[in-house]
Amino acid sequence: MIYFEKVSKMYDGDSVPALEDVTLSVEPKEFISIVGHSGAGKTTLLKMLLAEERPTKGTIFFESINVHELPSSALYHYRRKIGMVFQDFRLIPHKTAYENIAFAMEAAGRTDEEIASDVPHILELVDLADKASHFPRQLSGGEQQRVAIGRAIINQPEVIVADEPTGNLDPINTFEIVEILKKINELGTTIIITTHNKGVVDAVNRRVITMDRGRVVRDDEKGQYVL
Amino acid sequence: MIWTNIRRVSTAGAKNFARSGSVSFATVLIMTVTLGIIGALIFLSALLNYTLTGIRNKVDVSVYFVTTATTENITSLQHRLEQLPQVSEVTYTSREKALTEFRARHANDQLTLQALDELGGNPLDASLAIKAKDPSQYESIVDFLNTGPALSSSGTSIIDRINYAQNKSVINRLSLAITATQKVGIAVVLIFALASIIIAFATVRLAIYTSRDEIAVMRLVGASNAYIRWPFVMTGVLSGIVSAIIVLVLFLPVTWYVGHVTTLWFGGFDFFAYYRSHIWALSGALLGSGIVLGGVASFLAIRRYLTT
Repeated sequence: MIYFEKVSKMYDGDSVPALEDVTLSVEPKEFISIVGHSGAGKTTLLKMLLAEERPTKGTIFFESINVHELPSSALYHYRRKIGMVFQDFRLIPHKTAYENIAFAMEAAGRTDEEIASDVPHILELVDLADKASHFPRQLSGGEQQRVAIGRAIINQPEVIVADEPTGNLDPINTFEIVEILKKINELGTTIIITTHNKGVVDAVNRRVITMDRGRVVRDDEKGQYVL
Repeated sequence: MIWTNIRRVSTAGAKNFARSGSVSFATVLIMTVTLGIIGALIFLSALLNYTLTGIRNKVDVSVYFVTTATTENITSLQHRLEQLPQVSEVTYTSREKALTEFRARHANDQLTLQALDELGGNPLDASLAIKAKDPSQYESIVDFLNTGPALSSSGTSIIDRINYAQNKSVINRLSLAITATQKVGIAVVLIFALASIIIAFATVRLAIYTSRDEIAVMRLVGASNAYIRWPFVMTGVLSGIVSAIIVLVLFLPVTWYVGHVTTLWFGGFDFFAYYRSHIWALSGALLGSGIVLGGVASFLAIRRYLTT
């Protein structure tokens, strides 16, 4: 469903490319871990998929959509197909947990009835039903990340993209986040995460793509963390 | 769906305003100062107008009639003067009334009254006091009197003299001074209003700058530009409304006090009376400025975060 074809990215002023000649494809319902050192190009790869950055060379397809040929007016529509989770959570600080999740539905033009029935359901899924009216500053890191995951899945996207989702979390919270992501994957959503946490990769125990200096150096089914 | 969106945007804007406490406070503070300046400028221009009108009203041209002129002759001239487009008011003073006023004016001056008594009879002339709509128009009114013959039944002019010649240079200078004061007044008002508007714009830009990460997140979550923009515009509008209300409420004690202290200095202009009589116009002007200022500033400020 997602195809990277010979994608390269050179940032202005850099002498080494951030991505070089990356070709890979993602099938529906896969759970992919992208690993590599800092600066290996993991985040750049995700930014390409979200159309936050343009490739210098190559093309990226999401199903039949050529991502970088979308006009900016159609981008928000495209991004609703992808749920996003970030290392720093990126919640809206003056909205409660409930409102942060509801916002994604409002933005997608869903009705009040749908919002009122779906949001409590999702809060339960991420185990935050009792903290619906808490603001992000009143939640722990793990709880904030669970809100972010709730927001990412609320519109039933085809793909969840998570950039270092456990990077700021302790081992127990990390384990909880991985379990939630596995559960979402079992329900049929494709998941792509980047990480440099060996424990996460081993716990997922699915396809692993290893990157180094902008290139894909390994691509293993049922891989392990090898660096 | 449109109503749902309007409701959601309004609610989000209101919550945003209520929850971003210190940023809202700073914005309201600056906008209160801005609107306060705009309000003060409204009062100052009203004072300026009042004063200039007062000065204009002190200027008139008096026509004195020969003692043989009949009341009919004078009133017919009065009617013809009132027909002139540049004349705003013509007041008739009869010989008897002129005498009464003269006596009243010199009630403490026994010498003058004695002299008057010794003259016997009434030495004073009847007169018409003419006020023009604009001081520059006296010339043409006087021309009309000089050419348009005001004749008695016997065919001689009933006009004894017109006190224009000796007043001419004063009237001309006053007329120039009034125009100059108005121009300077408008310029000062515009400069102050512009400066305070720029400051308010900068503050709103800062308020939205603090939300730039939030805007980025909204975009990534798939919110359309309009759906991101309007709550911020709504927050700006709310800041404007709150500031306008604060200014209107503050003006109540301020104008009362200032009016109390300064009415005598300003030749009878009472700030508090003006505030009460123009409360609706003032509310409209301040609320309107607040809404436009907050809304437009937010709309423009958020634009740069929505283009990429």
